[in-house]
Amino acid sequence: MADSRDEPLVLGIETSCDETGVGIVRGTTLLADAVASSVDEHARFGGVVPEVASRAHLEAMVPTIDRALKEAGITARDLDGIAVTAGPGLAGALLVGVSAAKAYAYALGKPLYGVNHLASHICVDQLEHGPLPEPTMALLVSGGHSSLLLSSDITSDVRPMGATIDDAAGEAFDKIARVLNLGFPGGPVIDRYAREGDPTAIAFPRGLTGPRDPAYDFSFSGLKTAVARWIEAKRAAGEEVPVRDVAASFQEAVVDVLTRKAVRACKDEGVDHLMIGGGVAANSRLRALAQERCEAAGIRLRVPRPKLCTDNGAMVAALGAEMVARNRAASDWDLSADSSLPVTDPHVPGNGHSHDHDHVHEVSKENLYS
Amino acid sequence: MLLLALDTATPAVTVALHDGTDVVASSGQVDARRHGELLLPAVDRVLAAAGVKLDAVTGIVVGTGPGPYTGLRVGLMTADTFGLALGVPVHGVCTLDGLAYAADIEKGPFVVATDARRKEVYWATYADSRTRLTGPAVDRPADIAERVAGLPAVGAGALLYPDTFPQAHEPEHVSAAALASLAAEKLAKGEELAEPRPLYLRRPDAQVPKNYKVVTPK
Ligand SMILES: [Zn+2]
Repeated sequence: MADSRDEPLVLGIETSCDETGVGIVRGTTLLADAVASSVDEHARFGGVVPEVASRAHLEAMVPTIDRALKEAGITARDLDGIAVTAGPGLAGALLVGVSAAKAYAYALGKPLYGVNHLASHICVDQLEHGPLPEPTMALLVSGGHSSLLLSSDITSDVRPMGATIDDAAGEAFDKIARVLNLGFPGGPVIDRYAREGDPTAIAFPRGLTGPRDPAYDFSFSGLKTAVARWIEAKRAAGEEVPVRDVAASFQEAVVDVLTRKAVRACKDEGVDHLMIGGGVAANSRLRALAQERCEAAGIRLRVPRPKLCTDNGAMVAALGAEMVARNRAASDWDLSADSSLPVTDPHVPGNGHSHDHDHVHEVSKENLYS
Repeated sequence: MLLLALDTATPAVTVALHDGTDVVASSGQVDARRHGELLLPAVDRVLAAAGVKLDAVTGIVVGTGPGPYTGLRVGLMTADTFGLALGVPVHGVCTLDGLAYAADIEKGPFVVATDARRKEVYWATYADSRTRLTGPAVDRPADIAERVAGLPAVGAGALLYPDTFPQAHEPEHVSAAALASLAAEKLAKGEELAEPRPLYLRRPDAQVPKNYKVVTPK
Protein backbone atom coordinates (compact mmCIF):
# COMPACT_ATOMS: atom_id res chain seq x y z
CA MET A 1 0.00 0.00 0.00
CA ALA A 2 1.09 3.55 -0.64
CA ASP A 3 2.87 5.54 2.01
CA SER A 4 0.66 8.41 3.14
CA ARG A 5 3.13 10.96 1.67
CA ASP A 6 2.93 9.28 -1.71
CA GLU A 7 0.27 10.13 -4.19
CA PRO A 8 -1.96 7.04 -4.18
CA LEU A 9 -2.96 5.60 -7.55
CA VAL A 10 -6.60 4.54 -7.31
CA LEU A 11 -9.20 3.19 -9.72
CA GLY A 12 -12.82 4.07 -8.96
CA ILE A 13 -16.02 2.39 -10.16
CA GLU A 14 -19.42 4.07 -10.18
CA THR A 15 -22.73 2.36 -11.08
CA SER A 16 -25.30 3.97 -8.78
CA CYS A 17 -27.60 5.05 -11.61
CA ASP A 18 -27.35 4.88 -15.41
CA GLU A 19 -23.67 5.75 -15.97
CA THR A 20 -20.99 3.04 -15.85
CA GLY A 21 -18.02 5.11 -14.73
CA VAL A 22 -14.41 4.04 -14.28
CA GLY A 23 -11.91 6.70 -13.29
CA ILE A 24 -8.25 6.64 -12.34
CA VAL A 25 -6.53 9.29 -10.24
CA ARG A 26 -3.12 9.79 -8.69
CA GLY A 27 -3.82 11.75 -5.50
CA THR A 28 -5.67 14.82 -6.74
CA THR A 29 -4.61 14.40 -10.37
CA LEU A 30 -7.10 13.02 -12.88
CA LEU A 31 -5.58 10.38 -15.16
CA ALA A 32 -8.66 8.80 -16.75
CA ASP A 33 -12.41 9.28 -16.75
CA ALA A 34 -14.14 6.61 -18.84
CA VAL A 35 -17.94 6.63 -18.85
CA ALA A 36 -20.46 4.46 -20.70
CA SER A 37 -24.00 5.72 -20.41
CA SER A 38 -27.27 3.89 -20.97
CA VAL A 39 -29.18 7.20 -21.01
CA ASP A 40 -30.40 6.68 -24.59
CA GLU A 41 -32.01 3.37 -23.61
CA HIS A 42 -34.02 5.18 -20.92
CA ALA A 43 -35.08 8.18 -23.00
CA ARG A 44 -38.26 6.60 -24.33
CA PHE A 45 -39.33 5.76 -20.77
CA GLY A 46 -38.89 9.34 -19.57
CA GLY A 47 -36.77 8.23 -16.63
CA VAL A 48 -34.11 5.73 -15.60
CA VAL A 49 -35.39 2.13 -15.66
CA PRO A 50 -33.41 0.23 -12.98
CA GLU A 51 -33.31 -3.15 -14.74
CA VAL A 52 -32.23 -1.58 -18.04
CA ALA A 53 -29.45 0.28 -16.19
CA SER A 54 -28.27 -2.87 -14.38
CA ARG A 55 -28.09 -4.90 -17.59
CA ALA A 56 -26.12 -2.14 -19.27
CA HIS A 57 -23.64 -1.94 -16.36
CA LEU A 58 -22.84 -5.65 -16.69
CA GLU A 59 -22.20 -5.28 -20.42
CA ALA A 60 -20.16 -2.10 -20.14
CA MET A 61 -17.98 -2.78 -17.12
CA VAL A 62 -15.01 -4.72 -18.51
CA PRO A 63 -14.64 -2.57 -21.67
CA THR A 64 -14.87 0.60 -19.54
CA ILE A 65 -12.18 -0.60 -17.11
CA ASP A 66 -9.99 -1.42 -20.11
CA ARG A 67 -10.55 2.01 -21.62
CA ALA A 68 -9.70 3.78 -18.35
CA LEU A 69 -6.44 1.83 -17.95
CA LYS A 70 -5.40 2.71 -21.52
CA GLU A 71 -6.37 6.35 -21.06
CA ALA A 72 -4.30 6.56 -17.86
CA GLY A 73 -1.40 4.67 -19.41
CA ILE A 74 -0.99 2.44 -16.37
CA THR A 75 -1.35 -1.27 -15.69
CA ALA A 76 -3.67 -2.62 -13.03
CA ARG A 77 -0.69 -3.94 -11.04
CA ASP A 78 0.43 -0.35 -10.36
CA LEU A 79 -2.77 0.52 -8.48
CA ASP A 80 -2.73 1.20 -4.74
CA GLY A 81 -6.43 0.51 -4.29
CA ILE A 82 -9.85 0.03 -5.85
CA ALA A 83 -12.75 2.27 -4.80
CA VAL A 84 -16.41 1.73 -5.57
CA THR A 85 -19.69 3.46 -4.89
CA ALA A 86 -21.31 1.34 -2.14
CA GLY A 87 -24.38 3.63 -2.02
CA PRO A 88 -26.71 5.40 -2.05
CA GLY A 89 -28.29 4.60 -5.43
CA LEU A 90 -30.29 1.96 -7.28
CA ALA A 91 -29.73 -1.33 -5.42
CA GLY A 92 -29.38 -3.60 -8.46
CA ALA A 93 -27.17 -1.14 -10.31
CA LEU A 94 -24.89 -0.59 -7.30
CA LEU A 95 -24.50 -4.35 -6.90
CA VAL A 96 -22.97 -4.73 -10.37
CA GLY A 97 -20.27 -2.17 -9.58
CA VAL A 98 -19.62 -3.55 -6.10
CA SER A 99 -19.27 -7.09 -7.52
CA ALA A 100 -16.81 -5.88 -10.16
CA ALA A 101 -14.76 -3.83 -7.69
CA LYS A 102 -14.52 -6.66 -5.17
CA ALA A 103 -13.47 -9.19 -7.80
CA TYR A 104 -10.92 -6.77 -9.28
CA ALA A 105 -9.41 -5.82 -5.91
CA TYR A 106 -9.31 -9.44 -4.79
CA ALA A 107 -7.73 -10.71 -8.01
CA LEU A 108 -5.11 -7.96 -7.99
CA GLY A 109 -4.43 -8.22 -4.25
CA LYS A 110 -5.31 -4.55 -3.65
CA PRO A 111 -7.32 -2.95 -0.83
CA LEU A 112 -10.99 -2.22 -1.52
CA TYR A 113 -12.78 0.99 -0.48
CA GLY A 114 -16.58 1.09 -0.59
CA VAL A 115 -17.37 4.81 -0.62
CA ASN A 116 -20.37 7.12 -0.46
CA HIS A 117 -21.70 8.50 -3.73
CA LEU A 118 -22.50 11.92 -2.24
CA ALA A 119 -19.10 12.37 -0.59
CA SER A 120 -17.57 11.42 -3.96
CA HIS A 121 -19.52 14.22 -5.67
CA ILE A 122 -17.85 16.64 -3.24
CA CYS A 123 -14.37 15.13 -3.36
CA VAL A 124 -14.20 15.20 -7.17
CA ASP A 125 -13.52 18.93 -7.01
CA GLN A 126 -10.03 18.13 -5.72
CA LEU A 127 -9.25 16.99 -9.27
CA GLU A 128 -10.23 20.42 -10.58
CA HIS A 129 -9.30 22.94 -7.90
CA GLY A 130 -6.88 21.08 -5.61
CA PRO A 131 -7.35 19.97 -1.99
CA LEU A 132 -10.74 20.78 -0.47
CA PRO A 133 -10.72 23.57 2.08
CA GLU A 134 -11.76 22.33 5.51
CA PRO A 135 -14.55 22.96 6.19
CA THR A 136 -16.36 23.11 2.84
CA MET A 137 -20.06 23.65 2.28
CA ALA A 138 -21.38 21.57 -0.60
CA LEU A 139 -24.58 21.89 -2.57
CA LEU A 140 -25.30 18.63 -4.43
CA VAL A 141 -28.04 18.75 -7.00
CA SER A 142 -28.94 16.05 -9.51
CA GLY A 143 -31.79 13.88 -10.68
CA GLY A 144 -31.35 11.75 -7.59
CA HIS A 145 -30.31 14.16 -4.86
CA SER A 146 -30.61 17.73 -3.59
CA SER A 147 -28.56 18.18 -0.44
CA LEU A 148 -26.65 20.79 1.44
CA LEU A 149 -23.71 19.21 3.23
CA LEU A 150 -20.97 20.51 5.49
CA SER A 151 -17.69 18.60 5.60
CA SER A 152 -14.64 19.22 7.74
CA ASP A 153 -12.90 16.07 6.46
CA ILE A 154 -14.33 14.35 3.40
CA THR A 155 -13.09 10.92 4.56
CA SER A 156 -14.69 11.03 8.00
CA ASP A 157 -17.05 13.93 8.60
CA VAL A 158 -19.95 14.87 6.35
CA ARG A 159 -22.86 16.60 8.09
CA PRO A 160 -26.26 17.01 6.41
CA MET A 161 -27.50 20.61 6.69
CA GLY A 162 -30.56 20.24 4.50
CA ALA A 163 -32.12 18.14 1.76
CA THR A 164 -35.16 18.02 -0.44
CA ILE A 165 -38.33 16.96 1.33
CA ASP A 166 -39.91 15.71 -1.91
CA ASP A 167 -38.46 15.77 -5.46
CA ALA A 168 -34.80 16.15 -6.37
CA ALA A 169 -34.04 19.32 -8.34
CA GLY A 170 -33.05 17.32 -11.41
CA GLU A 171 -36.31 15.38 -11.25
CA ALA A 172 -38.24 18.67 -11.44
CA PHE A 173 -36.27 19.57 -14.59
CA ASP A 174 -37.17 16.19 -16.12
CA LYS A 175 -40.83 16.55 -15.26
CA ILE A 176 -41.19 20.08 -16.60
CA ALA A 177 -39.35 19.08 -19.77
CA ARG A 178 -41.86 16.29 -20.19
CA VAL A 179 -44.81 18.67 -19.71
CA LEU A 180 -43.28 20.93 -22.36
CA ASN A 181 -42.65 17.91 -24.64
CA LEU A 182 -38.92 18.61 -24.71
CA GLY A 183 -37.72 15.02 -24.05
CA PHE A 184 -35.43 13.37 -21.48
CA PRO A 185 -33.19 14.25 -19.73
CA GLY A 186 -34.69 17.65 -19.00
CA GLY A 187 -31.76 19.58 -17.52
CA PRO A 188 -29.73 20.48 -20.63
CA VAL A 189 -32.75 21.23 -22.82
CA ILE A 190 -34.45 23.49 -20.24
CA ASP A 191 -31.13 25.31 -19.80
CA ARG A 192 -30.93 25.86 -23.57
CA TYR A 193 -34.49 27.17 -23.95
CA ALA A 194 -34.15 29.31 -20.82
CA ARG A 195 -31.25 31.23 -22.32
CA GLU A 196 -33.65 32.78 -24.82
CA GLY A 197 -36.45 33.34 -22.32
CA ASP A 198 -37.30 35.93 -19.67
CA PRO A 199 -36.71 34.59 -16.14
CA THR A 200 -39.05 37.23 -14.69
CA ALA A 201 -41.90 36.58 -17.13
CA ILE A 202 -43.84 34.35 -14.73
CA ALA A 203 -43.59 34.48 -10.92
CA PHE A 204 -43.39 30.80 -9.96
CA PRO A 205 -43.35 29.94 -6.23
CA ARG A 206 -40.12 29.52 -4.23
CA GLY A 207 -40.64 26.43 -2.07
CA LEU A 208 -39.83 26.46 1.68
CA THR A 209 -38.68 30.08 1.74
CA GLY A 210 -41.15 31.36 4.34
CA PRO A 211 -39.88 32.70 7.68
CA ARG A 212 -41.00 29.56 9.54
CA ASP A 213 -39.81 27.06 6.94
CA PRO A 214 -36.69 24.98 7.59
CA ALA A 215 -33.78 27.18 6.56
CA TYR A 216 -31.82 24.67 4.49
CA ASP A 217 -34.37 22.13 3.24
CA PHE A 218 -35.74 22.20 -0.29
CA SER A 219 -39.08 21.40 -1.91
CA PHE A 220 -39.66 21.30 -5.65
CA SER A 221 -42.94 19.44 -5.77
CA GLY A 222 -45.12 22.56 -5.34
CA LEU A 223 -43.14 24.42 -7.99
CA LYS A 224 -43.49 21.52 -10.39
CA THR A 225 -47.27 21.46 -9.92
CA ALA A 226 -47.54 25.23 -10.27
CA VAL A 227 -45.63 25.21 -13.55
CA ALA A 228 -47.69 22.32 -14.91
CA ARG A 229 -50.95 24.07 -13.97
CA TRP A 230 -49.83 27.29 -15.56
CA ILE A 231 -49.06 25.47 -18.82
CA GLU A 232 -52.34 23.56 -18.74
CA ALA A 233 -54.29 26.78 -18.21
CA LYS A 234 -52.63 28.28 -21.28
CA ARG A 235 -53.39 25.18 -23.32
CA ALA A 236 -56.99 25.04 -22.06
CA ALA A 237 -57.46 28.65 -23.13
CA GLY A 238 -56.18 27.74 -26.59
CA GLU A 239 -53.16 29.98 -26.19
CA GLU A 240 -49.65 29.17 -27.26
CA VAL A 241 -47.30 28.21 -24.40
CA PRO A 242 -44.27 30.53 -24.31
CA VAL A 243 -41.82 27.65 -23.88
CA ARG A 244 -38.71 29.82 -23.49
CA ASP A 245 -40.24 32.07 -20.84
CA VAL A 246 -41.66 29.10 -18.94
CA ALA A 247 -38.27 27.35 -19.02
CA ALA A 248 -36.46 30.50 -17.88
CA SER A 249 -38.95 31.33 -15.12
CA PHE A 250 -39.05 27.75 -13.82
CA GLN A 251 -35.26 27.46 -13.87
CA GLU A 252 -34.93 30.79 -12.08
CA ALA A 253 -37.25 29.61 -9.31
CA VAL A 254 -35.11 26.49 -8.80
CA VAL A 255 -31.69 28.14 -8.83
CA ASP A 256 -32.87 31.12 -6.80
CA VAL A 257 -33.83 28.86 -3.90
CA LEU A 258 -30.76 26.63 -4.23
CA THR A 259 -28.25 29.46 -4.20
CA ARG A 260 -30.06 31.52 -1.59
CA LYS A 261 -30.11 28.63 0.88
CA ALA A 262 -26.54 27.55 0.13
CA VAL A 263 -25.15 31.06 0.68
CA ARG A 264 -27.20 31.43 3.85
CA ALA A 265 -25.84 28.14 5.20
CA CYS A 266 -22.27 29.33 4.51
CA LYS A 267 -22.89 32.60 6.33
CA ASP A 268 -24.62 30.95 9.31
CA GLU A 269 -21.80 28.41 9.72
CA GLY A 270 -18.99 30.87 8.99
CA VAL A 271 -17.80 28.79 6.04
CA ASP A 272 -16.10 30.74 3.25
CA HIS A 273 -16.05 28.00 0.57
CA LEU A 274 -19.01 26.63 -1.34
CA MET A 275 -18.74 23.78 -3.83
CA ILE A 276 -21.56 22.78 -6.13
CA GLY A 277 -21.73 19.30 -7.63
CA GLY A 278 -24.13 16.82 -9.20
CA GLY A 279 -25.65 16.85 -12.67
CA VAL A 280 -27.63 20.05 -12.14
CA ALA A 281 -24.35 21.87 -11.36
CA ALA A 282 -23.85 21.84 -15.14
CA ASN A 283 -26.77 24.29 -15.39
CA SER A 284 -25.42 27.60 -16.69
CA ARG A 285 -27.84 29.80 -14.75
CA LEU A 286 -27.09 27.98 -11.47
CA ARG A 287 -23.38 28.58 -12.00
CA ALA A 288 -23.88 32.26 -12.88
CA LEU A 289 -26.25 33.09 -10.01
CA ALA A 290 -24.14 31.17 -7.50
CA GLN A 291 -21.06 33.08 -8.65
CA GLU A 292 -22.86 36.40 -8.29
CA ARG A 293 -24.24 35.68 -4.82
CA CYS A 294 -21.03 34.12 -3.51
CA GLU A 295 -19.01 37.14 -4.65
CA ALA A 296 -21.45 39.47 -2.91
CA ALA A 297 -21.09 37.43 0.29
CA GLY A 298 -17.32 37.00 0.15
CA ILE A 299 -17.54 33.26 -0.42
CA ARG A 300 -15.19 31.36 -2.75
CA LEU A 301 -17.20 29.24 -5.19
CA ARG A 302 -15.85 25.94 -6.56
CA VAL A 303 -17.72 24.14 -9.32
CA PRO A 304 -16.00 21.34 -11.23
CA ARG A 305 -16.33 21.17 -15.02
CA PRO A 306 -19.67 19.67 -16.13
CA LYS A 307 -18.22 16.23 -16.97
CA LEU A 308 -17.00 15.85 -13.37
CA CYS A 309 -20.35 17.07 -11.97
CA THR A 310 -22.41 14.27 -13.49
CA ASP A 311 -21.90 10.72 -12.19
CA ASN A 312 -18.47 9.33 -13.11
CA GLY A 313 -15.79 6.98 -11.83
CA ALA A 314 -13.19 9.70 -11.31
CA MET A 315 -15.12 11.09 -8.34
CA VAL A 316 -15.10 7.67 -6.70
CA ALA A 317 -11.38 7.30 -7.39
CA ALA A 318 -10.79 10.80 -5.95
CA LEU A 319 -12.45 9.85 -2.67
CA GLY A 320 -10.72 6.46 -2.67
CA ALA A 321 -7.35 8.16 -3.07
CA GLU A 322 -8.17 10.41 -0.12
CA MET A 323 -9.08 7.31 1.93
CA VAL A 324 -5.68 5.79 1.11
CA ALA A 325 -3.83 9.05 1.78
CA ARG A 326 -5.47 9.39 5.20
CA ASN A 327 -4.98 5.72 6.09
CA ARG A 328 -8.68 4.95 6.42
CA ALA A 329 -9.59 1.30 6.94
CA ALA A 330 -10.28 -0.69 3.79
CA SER A 331 -13.60 -2.49 3.32
CA ASP A 332 -14.06 -6.23 3.84
CA TRP A 333 -14.74 -8.79 1.09
CA ASP A 334 -18.34 -9.07 2.23
CA LEU A 335 -18.95 -5.40 1.39
CA SER A 336 -22.51 -5.05 0.15
CA ALA A 337 -24.30 -2.43 -1.89
CA ASP A 338 -26.43 -0.21 0.37
CA SER A 339 -29.05 1.67 -1.61
CA SER A 340 -29.71 3.97 1.34
CA LEU A 341 -26.18 4.40 2.71
CA PRO A 342 -26.40 7.42 5.04
CA VAL A 343 -24.65 10.55 3.86
CA THR A 344 -22.85 10.64 7.21
CA ASP A 345 -20.85 7.51 6.22
CA PRO A 346 -18.21 8.65 3.70
CA HIS A 347 -17.05 5.06 3.42
CA VAL A 348 -17.81 1.54 4.64
CA PRO A 349 -14.80 0.45 6.69
CA GLY A 350 -14.37 -3.25 7.35
CA ASN A 351 -13.62 -4.73 10.72
CA GLY A 352 -10.59 -6.52 9.41
CA HIS A 353 -11.97 -10.05 9.24
CA SER A 354 -14.81 -11.66 7.37
CA HIS A 355 -17.57 -12.79 9.64
CA ASP A 356 -19.66 -15.90 9.64
CA HIS A 357 -23.41 -15.63 9.65
CA ASP A 358 -25.17 -18.19 11.76
CA HIS A 359 -28.37 -18.32 9.69
CA VAL A 360 -26.41 -19.38 6.64
CA HIS A 361 -26.61 -23.01 5.73
CA GLU A 362 -23.18 -24.08 4.59
CA VAL A 363 -22.23 -27.37 3.00
CA SER A 364 -18.74 -28.26 2.00
CA LYS A 365 -18.33 -31.34 -0.10
CA GLU A 366 -15.03 -32.72 -1.22
CA ASN A 367 -14.62 -34.80 -4.35
CA LEU A 368 -18.32 -35.22 -4.81
CA TYR A 369 -18.24 -35.21 -8.59
CA SER A 370 -14.93 -36.88 -9.23
CA MET B 1 -6.12 -27.21 -15.58
CA LEU B 2 -7.41 -25.37 -12.53
CA LEU B 3 -10.97 -24.09 -12.89
CA LEU B 4 -12.75 -21.78 -10.49
CA ALA B 5 -16.51 -22.20 -10.88
CA LEU B 6 -19.23 -20.03 -9.41
CA ASP B 7 -22.98 -19.73 -9.70
CA THR B 8 -25.40 -17.16 -8.25
CA ALA B 9 -28.36 -17.72 -10.57
CA THR B 10 -30.52 -19.36 -7.89
CA PRO B 11 -30.83 -18.85 -4.11
CA ALA B 12 -27.59 -20.86 -3.83
CA VAL B 13 -24.27 -19.02 -3.75
CA THR B 14 -21.86 -21.72 -4.76
CA VAL B 15 -18.13 -21.88 -5.53
CA ALA B 16 -15.83 -24.76 -6.46
CA LEU B 17 -12.27 -25.39 -7.56
CA HIS B 18 -11.56 -28.20 -10.03
CA ASP B 19 -8.09 -29.39 -11.04
CA GLY B 20 -9.17 -31.16 -14.24
CA THR B 21 -9.56 -34.48 -12.49
CA ASP B 22 -11.34 -33.76 -9.24
CA VAL B 23 -13.23 -31.12 -7.33
CA VAL B 24 -10.58 -29.85 -4.93
CA ALA B 25 -12.82 -27.75 -2.70
CA SER B 26 -16.31 -26.32 -2.80
CA SER B 27 -18.83 -24.24 -0.92
CA GLY B 28 -22.58 -23.79 -1.11
CA GLN B 29 -24.75 -21.39 0.85
CA VAL B 30 -28.45 -20.77 0.37
CA ASP B 31 -29.54 -17.17 0.89
CA ALA B 32 -31.55 -15.55 -1.89
CA ARG B 33 -30.89 -12.00 -0.79
CA ARG B 34 -27.19 -11.83 -0.04
CA HIS B 35 -25.40 -13.06 -3.16
CA GLY B 36 -23.31 -9.90 -3.28
CA GLU B 37 -22.08 -10.26 0.28
CA LEU B 38 -21.50 -14.01 0.28
CA LEU B 39 -19.77 -14.73 -3.02
CA LEU B 40 -16.30 -13.28 -2.56
CA PRO B 41 -15.76 -14.60 1.00
CA ALA B 42 -16.82 -18.00 -0.36
CA VAL B 43 -14.23 -17.77 -3.15
CA ASP B 44 -11.64 -16.83 -0.53
CA ARG B 45 -12.55 -19.81 1.67
CA VAL B 46 -12.53 -22.29 -1.21
CA LEU B 47 -9.10 -21.11 -2.37
CA ALA B 48 -7.80 -21.24 1.21
CA ALA B 49 -9.17 -24.77 1.68
CA ALA B 50 -7.32 -25.84 -1.46
CA GLY B 51 -4.20 -23.94 -0.46
CA VAL B 52 -3.95 -22.01 -3.73
CA LYS B 53 -4.03 -18.36 -4.73
CA LEU B 54 -6.47 -17.04 -7.28
CA ASP B 55 -3.71 -16.34 -9.82
CA ALA B 56 -3.04 -20.08 -10.11
CA VAL B 57 -6.45 -20.50 -11.75
CA THR B 58 -6.37 -21.20 -15.51
CA GLY B 59 -10.02 -20.55 -16.27
CA ILE B 60 -13.28 -19.31 -14.77
CA VAL B 61 -16.60 -21.14 -15.14
CA VAL B 62 -19.78 -19.26 -14.39
CA GLY B 63 -23.43 -20.22 -14.30
CA THR B 64 -25.26 -18.08 -16.86
CA GLY B 65 -28.71 -18.71 -15.45
CA PRO B 66 -31.51 -18.44 -16.20
CA GLY B 67 -32.15 -16.87 -12.82
CA PRO B 68 -33.52 -13.81 -11.07
CA TYR B 69 -31.44 -11.02 -12.55
CA THR B 70 -29.98 -9.22 -9.56
CA GLY B 71 -28.36 -12.31 -8.10
CA LEU B 72 -27.42 -13.72 -11.50
CA ARG B 73 -25.37 -10.63 -12.34
CA VAL B 74 -23.26 -10.95 -9.17
CA GLY B 75 -21.70 -14.19 -10.43
CA LEU B 76 -21.32 -13.02 -14.01
CA MET B 77 -19.76 -9.69 -13.06
CA THR B 78 -17.40 -11.39 -10.63
CA ALA B 79 -16.38 -13.98 -13.25
CA ASP B 80 -15.86 -11.35 -15.97
CA THR B 81 -13.72 -9.21 -13.70
CA PHE B 82 -11.63 -12.17 -12.53
CA GLY B 83 -11.06 -13.00 -16.18
CA LEU B 84 -9.97 -9.44 -16.91
CA ALA B 85 -7.63 -9.19 -13.93
CA LEU B 86 -6.06 -12.63 -14.40
CA GLY B 87 -6.06 -12.74 -18.18
CA VAL B 88 -7.74 -16.16 -18.22
CA PRO B 89 -10.78 -17.33 -20.23
CA VAL B 90 -14.27 -17.10 -18.73
CA HIS B 91 -16.65 -19.91 -19.73
CA GLY B 92 -20.41 -19.87 -19.38
CA VAL B 93 -22.50 -22.91 -18.46
CA CYS B 94 -26.28 -22.88 -18.31
CA THR B 95 -27.21 -23.24 -14.63
CA LEU B 96 -29.89 -25.82 -15.47
CA ASP B 97 -27.21 -27.94 -17.20
CA GLY B 98 -25.28 -27.94 -13.93
CA LEU B 99 -28.35 -29.24 -12.10
CA ALA B 100 -28.94 -31.87 -14.77
CA TYR B 101 -25.33 -33.02 -14.43
CA ALA B 102 -25.66 -33.24 -10.65
CA ALA B 103 -28.93 -35.21 -11.03
CA ASP B 104 -26.78 -38.00 -12.48
CA ILE B 105 -29.57 -39.58 -14.54
CA GLU B 106 -28.29 -41.98 -17.21
CA LYS B 107 -31.53 -42.36 -19.05
CA GLY B 108 -34.14 -39.62 -19.38
CA PRO B 109 -36.00 -37.81 -20.45
CA PHE B 110 -36.23 -35.67 -17.31
CA VAL B 111 -36.90 -32.08 -16.38
CA VAL B 112 -34.82 -29.50 -14.53
CA ALA B 113 -36.79 -26.59 -13.07
CA THR B 114 -35.72 -23.69 -10.88
CA ASP B 115 -37.81 -21.00 -9.22
CA ALA B 116 -38.34 -18.02 -11.52
CA ARG B 117 -40.54 -16.24 -8.92
CA ARG B 118 -43.81 -14.60 -9.99
CA LYS B 119 -45.32 -18.11 -9.94
CA GLU B 120 -43.15 -19.23 -12.86
CA VAL B 121 -40.28 -21.70 -13.34
CA TYR B 122 -37.18 -21.70 -15.48
CA TRP B 123 -37.06 -25.15 -17.04
CA ALA B 124 -35.41 -27.40 -19.60
CA THR B 125 -35.67 -31.06 -20.56
CA TYR B 126 -32.78 -33.51 -20.83
CA ALA B 127 -32.20 -36.84 -22.56
CA ASP B 128 -29.51 -37.64 -19.97
CA SER B 129 -27.36 -35.69 -17.53
CA ARG B 130 -25.22 -34.24 -20.32
CA THR B 131 -27.74 -33.71 -23.11
CA ARG B 132 -30.31 -30.92 -23.13
CA LEU B 133 -33.34 -31.56 -25.34
CA THR B 134 -35.37 -28.34 -24.99
CA GLY B 135 -35.10 -24.97 -23.26
CA PRO B 136 -34.23 -23.14 -21.21
CA ALA B 137 -37.58 -21.37 -21.05
CA VAL B 138 -39.69 -19.57 -18.47
CA ASP B 139 -43.33 -20.57 -17.96
CA ARG B 140 -46.13 -21.01 -15.45
CA PRO B 141 -46.07 -24.61 -14.16
CA ALA B 142 -49.72 -25.19 -15.10
CA ASP B 143 -49.00 -24.16 -18.70
CA ILE B 144 -46.32 -26.82 -19.15
CA ALA B 145 -47.97 -29.59 -17.11
CA GLU B 146 -48.89 -31.58 -20.21
CA ARG B 147 -45.42 -31.37 -21.69
CA VAL B 148 -43.70 -32.59 -18.50
CA ALA B 149 -46.33 -35.14 -17.48
CA GLY B 150 -44.82 -38.41 -16.32
CA LEU B 151 -41.25 -37.12 -16.32
CA PRO B 152 -38.95 -37.16 -13.31
CA ALA B 153 -37.88 -33.65 -12.33
CA VAL B 154 -35.16 -32.05 -10.21
CA GLY B 155 -34.54 -28.57 -8.84
CA ALA B 156 -36.26 -26.16 -6.46
CA GLY B 157 -38.74 -25.13 -9.16
CA ALA B 158 -39.94 -28.72 -9.48
CA LEU B 159 -40.10 -29.27 -5.70
CA LEU B 160 -42.12 -26.06 -5.36
CA TYR B 161 -44.93 -27.17 -7.69
CA PRO B 162 -45.81 -30.82 -6.91
CA ASP B 163 -49.04 -30.58 -8.94
CA THR B 164 -47.02 -30.13 -12.12
CA PHE B 165 -43.98 -32.14 -11.01
CA PRO B 166 -45.25 -35.06 -8.88
CA GLN B 167 -41.97 -36.93 -9.44
CA ALA B 168 -39.75 -34.09 -8.21
CA HIS B 169 -36.64 -34.99 -6.23
CA GLU B 170 -33.17 -33.80 -5.25
CA PRO B 171 -30.88 -32.06 -6.04
CA GLU B 172 -32.75 -28.92 -5.07
CA HIS B 173 -29.97 -26.42 -5.77
CA VAL B 174 -27.16 -26.17 -8.28
CA SER B 175 -23.61 -26.73 -7.05
CA ALA B 176 -20.55 -25.12 -8.56
CA ALA B 177 -18.86 -28.50 -8.11
CA ALA B 178 -21.23 -29.99 -10.71
CA LEU B 179 -20.77 -26.96 -12.95
CA ALA B 180 -16.98 -27.26 -12.72
CA SER B 181 -17.03 -31.03 -13.35
CA LEU B 182 -19.23 -30.59 -16.42
CA ALA B 183 -17.03 -27.81 -17.76
CA ALA B 184 -13.82 -29.76 -17.09
CA GLU B 185 -15.26 -32.77 -18.90
CA LYS B 186 -16.21 -30.69 -21.94
CA LEU B 187 -12.91 -28.79 -22.04
CA ALA B 188 -10.96 -32.07 -21.81
CA LYS B 189 -12.88 -33.27 -24.87
CA GLY B 190 -12.01 -30.07 -26.69
CA GLU B 191 -15.61 -28.85 -26.70
CA GLU B 192 -16.39 -25.15 -26.83
CA LEU B 193 -18.27 -23.73 -23.85
CA ALA B 194 -20.78 -20.90 -24.05
CA GLU B 195 -20.01 -17.21 -23.72
CA PRO B 196 -20.45 -15.90 -20.17
CA ARG B 197 -23.62 -14.01 -21.05
CA PRO B 198 -26.74 -13.85 -18.85
CA LEU B 199 -29.82 -15.88 -19.83
CA TYR B 200 -32.48 -13.44 -18.67
CA LEU B 201 -35.33 -14.99 -20.74
CA ARG B 202 -37.52 -12.02 -19.90
CA ARG B 203 -37.50 -8.45 -21.11
CA PRO B 204 -36.71 -5.88 -18.41
CA ASP B 205 -39.72 -4.62 -16.49
CA ALA B 206 -40.01 -1.16 -17.87
CA GLN B 207 -43.23 0.62 -17.40
CA VAL B 208 -43.42 3.23 -20.12
CA PRO B 209 -44.97 6.20 -18.36
CA LYS B 210 -48.39 7.01 -19.75
CA ASN B 211 -48.73 10.28 -21.57
CA TYR B 212 -48.17 13.18 -19.29
CA LYS B 213 -50.68 13.09 -16.44
CA VAL B 214 -52.80 16.19 -16.00
CA VAL B 215 -52.36 17.59 -12.49
CA THR B 216 -54.95 20.35 -12.52
CA PRO B 217 -57.86 19.19 -10.35
CA LYS B 218 -61.10 18.96 -12.27
ZN1 LIG C 1 -24.91 11.52 -8.39
